[in-house]
Amino acid sequence: MIQAILVFNNHGKPRLVRFYQRFPEEIQQQIVRETFHLVLKRDDNICNFLEGGSLIGGSDYKLIYRHYATLYFVFCVDSSESELGILDLIQVFVETLDKCFENVCELDLIFHMDKVHYILQEVVMGGMVLETNMNEIVAQIEAQNRLEKSEGGLSAAPARAVSAVKNINLPEIPRNINIGKPLLPAPACGA
Amino acid sequence: MALKMVKGSIDRMFDKNLQDLVRGIRNHKEDEAKYISQCIDEIKQELKQDNIAVKANAVCKLTYLQMLGYDISWAAFNIIEVMSASKFTFKRIGYLAASQCFHEGTDVIMLTTNQIRKDLSSPSQYDTGVALTGLSCFVTPDLARDLANDIMTLMSHTKPYIRKKAVLIMYKVFLKYPESLRPAFPRLKEKLEDPDPGVQSAAVNVICELARRNPKNYLSLAPLFFKLMTSSTNNWVLIKIIKLFGALTPLEPRLGKKLIEPLTNLIHSTSAMSLLYECVNTVIAVLISLSSGMPNHSASIQLCVQKLRILIEDSDQNLKYLGLLAMSKILRTHPKSVQAHKDLVLQCLDDKDESIRLRALDLLYGMVSKKNLVEIVKKLMSHVDKAEGTTYRDELLTKIIDICSQCNYQHITNFQWYISVLVELTRLEGTRHGHLIAAQMLDVAIRVKAIRKFAVSQMSALLDSAHLVASSTQRNGICEVLYAAAWICGEFSEHLQEPQQTLEAMLRPKVTTLPGHIQAVYVQNVVKLYASILQQKEQAAEPEAAQDVTQLMVERLPQFVQSADLEVQERASCVLQLVKHIQKLQAKDVPVAEEVSALFAGELNPVAPKAQKKVPVPEGLDLDAWINEPPSDSESEDEKPKAIFHDEEQRHAKQRQPEAEEEELARRREARKQEQANNPFYIKSSPSPQKRYQDMPGVEHIPVVQIDLSVPLKVPGMPVSDQYVKLQEEREHRQRPEKDRRRRKKKDKDKRGKPRRHSSLHTESDEDIAPAQRVDIVTEEMPENALPSDEDDKDPNDPYRALDVDLDRPLADSERLPVQKHRNAETTKSPEKEDVPFVEKKIKKPRKKEKKHREKEREKKEKRKEEKEGEDFDFWLSTAPLPAAAPAPAPVRARESLERTLSPLPLREGARSPGERSEATRTRTETMSGTPRRLRSIRRRSPRRRRRRRDPRTRRSPRRSSLQVKRRQSPWRTARSLTSLSRPCPATASWPRTPTSR
Repeated sequence: MIQAILVFNNHGKPRLVRFYQRFPEEIQQQIVRETFHLVLKRDDNICNFLEGGSLIGGSDYKLIYRHYATLYFVFCVDSSESELGILDLIQVFVETLDKCFENVCELDLIFHMDKVHYILQEVVMGGMVLETNMNEIVAQIEAQNRLEKSEGGLSAAPARAVSAVKNINLPEIPRNINIGKPLLPAPACGA
Repeated sequence: MALKMVKGSIDRMFDKNLQDLVRGIRNHKEDEAKYISQCIDEIKQELKQDNIAVKANAVCKLTYLQMLGYDISWAAFNIIEVMSASKFTFKRIGYLAASQCFHEGTDVIMLTTNQIRKDLSSPSQYDTGVALTGLSCFVTPDLARDLANDIMTLMSHTKPYIRKKAVLIMYKVFLKYPESLRPAFPRLKEKLEDPDPGVQSAAVNVICELARRNPKNYLSLAPLFFKLMTSSTNNWVLIKIIKLFGALTPLEPRLGKKLIEPLTNLIHSTSAMSLLYECVNTVIAVLISLSSGMPNHSASIQLCVQKLRILIEDSDQNLKYLGLLAMSKILRTHPKSVQAHKDLVLQCLDDKDESIRLRALDLLYGMVSKKNLVEIVKKLMSHVDKAEGTTYRDELLTKIIDICSQCNYQHITNFQWYISVLVELTRLEGTRHGHLIAAQMLDVAIRVKAIRKFAVSQMSALLDSAHLVASSTQRNGICEVLYAAAWICGEFSEHLQEPQQTLEAMLRPKVTTLPGHIQAVYVQNVVKLYASILQQKEQAAEPEAAQDVTQLMVERLPQFVQSADLEVQERASCVLQLVKHIQKLQAKDVPVAEEVSALFAGELNPVAPKAQKKVPVPEGLDLDAWINEPPSDSESEDEKPKAIFHDEEQRHAKQRQPEAEEEELARRREARKQEQANNPFYIKSSPSPQKRYQDMPGVEHIPVVQIDLSVPLKVPGMPVSDQYVKLQEEREHRQRPEKDRRRRKKKDKDKRGKPRRHSSLHTESDEDIAPAQRVDIVTEEMPENALPSDEDDKDPNDPYRALDVDLDRPLADSERLPVQKHRNAETTKSPEKEDVPFVEKKIKKPRKKEKKHREKEREKKEKRKEEKEGEDFDFWLSTAPLPAAAPAPAPVRARESLERTLSPLPLREGARSPGERSEATRTRTETMSGTPRRLRSIRRRSPRRRRRRRDPRTRRSPRRSSLQVKRRQSPWRTARSLTSLSRPCPATASWPRTPTSR
């Protein structure tokens, strides 16, 4: 079982928090912070497994993470999951994000947290792996997006226009240039 | 002013969406909390509006705020409103928010039951999917009970997308509503053979999770999984199945024997590291379960160890880590084969990655022997000095102690060395494990009698330099060792060279800064020391000196009397009064030493920590019976508890009746005495000396080897353990010729038929190192009729316990899942749901009529089927590996020939000899033609098989096997395996897309 899926950036700002076991919000934030500090200490060229210990569950749980550009993707899993399998799963998840957002970068995750959740829901459900075939995942997401479009989406056209106008006044939108960095380098996509 | 109002209303008209919110938060970095609270106010306004789109937008924003740590449970009702929207767009938002913030404590959750049921039966598969996904996160026992039947029907939905979600969610339903497991299980089992690979994978996933907790109930599925394992090409499924087999094999060794061959084949053929790793893991589990070896047993181990070595030597740190992890599993049962790779493990100790160093440390535990212990610990000690982080250093410390103390100090030949190591470890600053070191010091000093003199000398040195140990910090770290030091010096004070000096050290004013419990031990042991000094002085006829010591005590003890710690204060006051009394007696020239030392006469016996629990309750003793009459029922008690109480009373009364008889009373008194005699916590008049050695007959005959006096017993200053390395080498050198002679003699003796004693204490390779000291008390003392079993570690609150049900028993009527009829009737009041129950009713009416009949039939069928399966499993296991072995390698080979003709992609590599290949093609053609010749010959021999062949209903195994071959040959399946999760070599072939992060 997967206990939690956390995505946060190099500064520990949460970008996606998905727990499959109930924790109160403060504890969730605490777990994110602690996990961030655990992961931050580690170089990129050392192994991607971490014994979580006191955070969630106990000795049966492991943190398995990958670091892409500005983001950490951390999965907290128990011993029924294959470690290398979960590493693959993270890769599948990120590649799926890449396909759905076209060259995904941190900005996409910041502004479309809901969409990221919907994509994740097609990969992992209730803590169990639902689908590992990327084509299948993308096909389902696209079908749902089409369905949403046919319903007119969340905000109708005039509201969108207004929000576009509102944007114009805002000072420099991407404050941190790093954030716009694609998680996956372009040429390797779709391999 | 007016302008402002207009602007405000426009803003409200075009509410912020999620993107605006995020942007706003990013632009208000300084006053984020204030901005967000402002946004929450806006959201509250939006939620009050009737427009569902506005509400959905608000809920979407709330979901984002939840991620930032804001509690949004106050909006639970609005979330339900959005969930019940008709548009998919809104529904999805609602369910997402619900899945993030609903839990069992959310009270409005019970309002969702009918909405979810409606969504589950929605014609749109995505509505159903979204409902299933959401439900999987917040399912409660009530929801599980009410919806179990609906979800079960979805397991046979036409769309695989729904099927796989329904199958997966069943696990959550089982957890919350265990009664649903038995009724749903047959269908879940069917899904293992679903045509859609995704559904199949989901079913495997669920059963693996279930089987992990209660493996024995799923043994009967082994043949089915075995078939899946040999036919599936989806690595994800394979990994799960192989992991499952790892959990099943300890229960059924025959299964392990069957598995070895196909697993070995997979290990040879697969190129996916994840799969290889799991195969190795399961083979290890199998080997562990097969305690008595099978012929090619060692070959399998060798293979595993070899493959793991490749993993460990890999440059990929992940593989290195996992290799070490798996290696430690082998270590437990086959230490010899791992010990060969000691070089590798020691090398990993120097790795820059802490996780890897920790894993290597674990391995080291099993690598030590009498020969290399000193050397390995020396290496570890040097690591301790170098270690930068306290956590790693603490880990090193515990490992050093673990390694040395394992199996009753089996590997330690020289306890002086060990004590020195422990003393050296006390120099660590800021460690949390002071108490560990202290425990070891105590343990060794108590149990190894020969070392006491040396230990006492070291401990007194430690007490002398206590300021070094305790000076830096107070945080319950290393000063714990002073606890041990004080106790040892006090208890074994007869070994002290300069007792007076130690006494003075323990009475220094600085001591009062130590933690209370340590001071208490100081006070207590000061008296012991004092007693032995008195004795010495009186024997030497030096009354003056004795009085001086008493004077010292009287002067210094008041500092403890003033302590804030109650324990210290109390002990100190008592002792002070005692000493004052002694002083008076001394003034009258009365010899007191005898009486004072009588206070501490006798030796302490170590007792196992769980000894008390293991003493069985003597016959006739009822611990729950009232000793006195229970308090009479008071008025304040209400009806119900009284009734229960009353019942219990009666039961006890019955048991207590015979008690009145005199005879019985006498008998019970006897029993109590007996129990007291066995109870280690009762002080016995004279401990029987034989008892101590009862677990290890003949230990008392072991000659205690004289301490090697080439080591100066009193080491000035802090001792250094390094000297023992040299010393050991020397001693080995010296002893070798002598040993050889002795060994030859021993062998002669053995030949004469005398069993060798204490073989457990040393292994073959270690024979030529003579231990300098022996652990005297090998096993901690246990009361006579203590029970060996230990049931303490079972957790009664385990949520998985409820799922431990017999799945093979036929289903009873009462166990059927509740079908929600009456509930629908109740809810017809609500207008929006009116049409739904109508449709449902239509479907359900005929069902009602036929139900009984159908159920009966189904039950019969199930009964028959299950009986058959039970037989099948046993038969499947008992058959010689032949039928299993024949189909097992087939897939690989068949696929290989297929690859040659169909696809240029090399899926599985592995060179095989031409002879083998020709045999492979032969098995393949045989399998395809229906009944292979070899199988047929077996069947002829087995009467049960023959019967089955005649029976058309049961004649499915040959058909199925041909189907397997067909399926295997389908090019789409092989193609899918490429797109499926694990591409050929996921972990090793470094990801081409990760370099940005590296």
